[in-house]
Amino acid sequence: MNLSDKRYSDVRVAQVSGRVDHSGAEAFRLQLWPLLRDCAAGRDQLVLDLSGLEYISSAGLRVLMLAAREVKPRNGCVVVASLQPVVREIFEISRFNLLFKVYPDVAQALSELSPAAAAAARN
Amino acid sequence: MFWGTRGSMPVALTAAAVRKKLVDALDGAIGRDLDTPEKVRAYVDGELPFNRAGTFGGHSACVQIVPKGLPQDQYLLCDMGSGARAFSAEILRQRAGRPATYHVLVSHLHWDHIMGFPFFGPAYVPGNTVILYGCHPGLEAGFRRQQDQPSFPVPLSVMRADIRFVALAPAVAHDIAGCRVSAKLQNHSGDSYGYRIESGGRTVVYTTDAEHKLDDFSHTEAVVDFFRSADLVIFDAMYSLAEAVSVKEDWGHSSNVVGVELCQMARARRLCLFHHEPIHDDTALQALLEETRRYEEISRQDHPLQVVSAYDGLELDLS
Repeated sequence: MNLSDKRYSDVRVAQVSGRVDHSGAEAFRLQLWPLLRDCAAGRDQLVLDLSGLEYISSAGLRVLMLAAREVKPRNGCVVVASLQPVVREIFEISRFNLLFKVYPDVAQALSELSPAAAAAARN
Repeated sequence: MFWGTRGSMPVALTAAAVRKKLVDALDGAIGRDLDTPEKVRAYVDGELPFNRAGTFGGHSACVQIVPKGLPQDQYLLCDMGSGARAFSAEILRQRAGRPATYHVLVSHLHWDHIMGFPFFGPAYVPGNTVILYGCHPGLEAGFRRQQDQPSFPVPLSVMRADIRFVALAPAVAHDIAGCRVSAKLQNHSGDSYGYRIESGGRTVVYTTDAEHKLDDFSHTEAVVDFFRSADLVIFDAMYSLAEAVSVKEDWGHSSNVVGVELCQMARARRLCLFHHEPIHDDTALQALLEETRRYEEISRQDHPLQVVSAYDGLELDLS
């Protein structure tokens, strides 16, 4: 599993790639948590770009839920975008599609969350 | 043999639900040449999905285990939910007055797991023996209390069978009904216990009312050990994963997704979804089964896991 990130105005986009299985969930959490800091403080929002994610287990999904819970007190927002078909199925089977706003791609997520971020991403 | 498979409380099929099954089945028959009883049966059994041709049922937990070589006057059951009434009616008919011994492994004392006992016919018949095994210190008190006034008109003391309560120590092997039985403490309000039942080279794990904490590796390892190479794992799949880790966290139940993963790690042969959410109708439970099979495909590495869903009346042959 790899995690990298970019900032577009007031939105951070984190790209998750590879597999997040039972043994990798804790590493995923440790890498994700620093990216939540501004979001949890109510200063930005986080888009998880899952276009490179091949598989995510229950333990990985739980990390996503904890991230959403972490940022919620200050109305922070974590959304997911660009799910591969298999990961989309996993979201549907686990009903995580009901916990998270799921966008077809990052551009649509940015345009809905922040016009400034969408404009920054286009430049 | 599954006599009761619902979680939390029994449910009944409504007239509207039966009518919908009939209408759907007859709609599907339009244009088919179903002009003989054989063709009708072939259509019902071969063409209709289970949720249209049948029902998952509505009794709460009661599962009969039939180990190879168990004498005909011995029975082994897991839990005494409302399904125990259906079991007892059938067994009393079969036995026609001949005495028997009933061994019952009790997961815990929540009402849906013991509510069948006041209606358990063999317990009223002198000559029968009913042995209730469990790890809860209040096992006997729990059974007696539910039949005391004002909850029920017939106290347990009126039951004329030889009724015994046997305290089991968890994590120790016990010889019960010719089986090697070990109990494991599970996460559930007031505690519950799962049972690993081994006999004749076959292993069944009965694990209901159990929540699995995904970030607790030692817990996961212990559960995987408990499930290890089981031929059948009867698993509490009451909630979706999303429910189990969010709004229903700490409610003491698990999900189909976690059931698949634990069974894969344990290299179990078959997973049986159990303790069905009472608000789910037959269509929802059928969809849950199909989704779980798909998740097993997605997450499979080198070990195929068969996935089935329990329904009242289901028989599984592990030979």
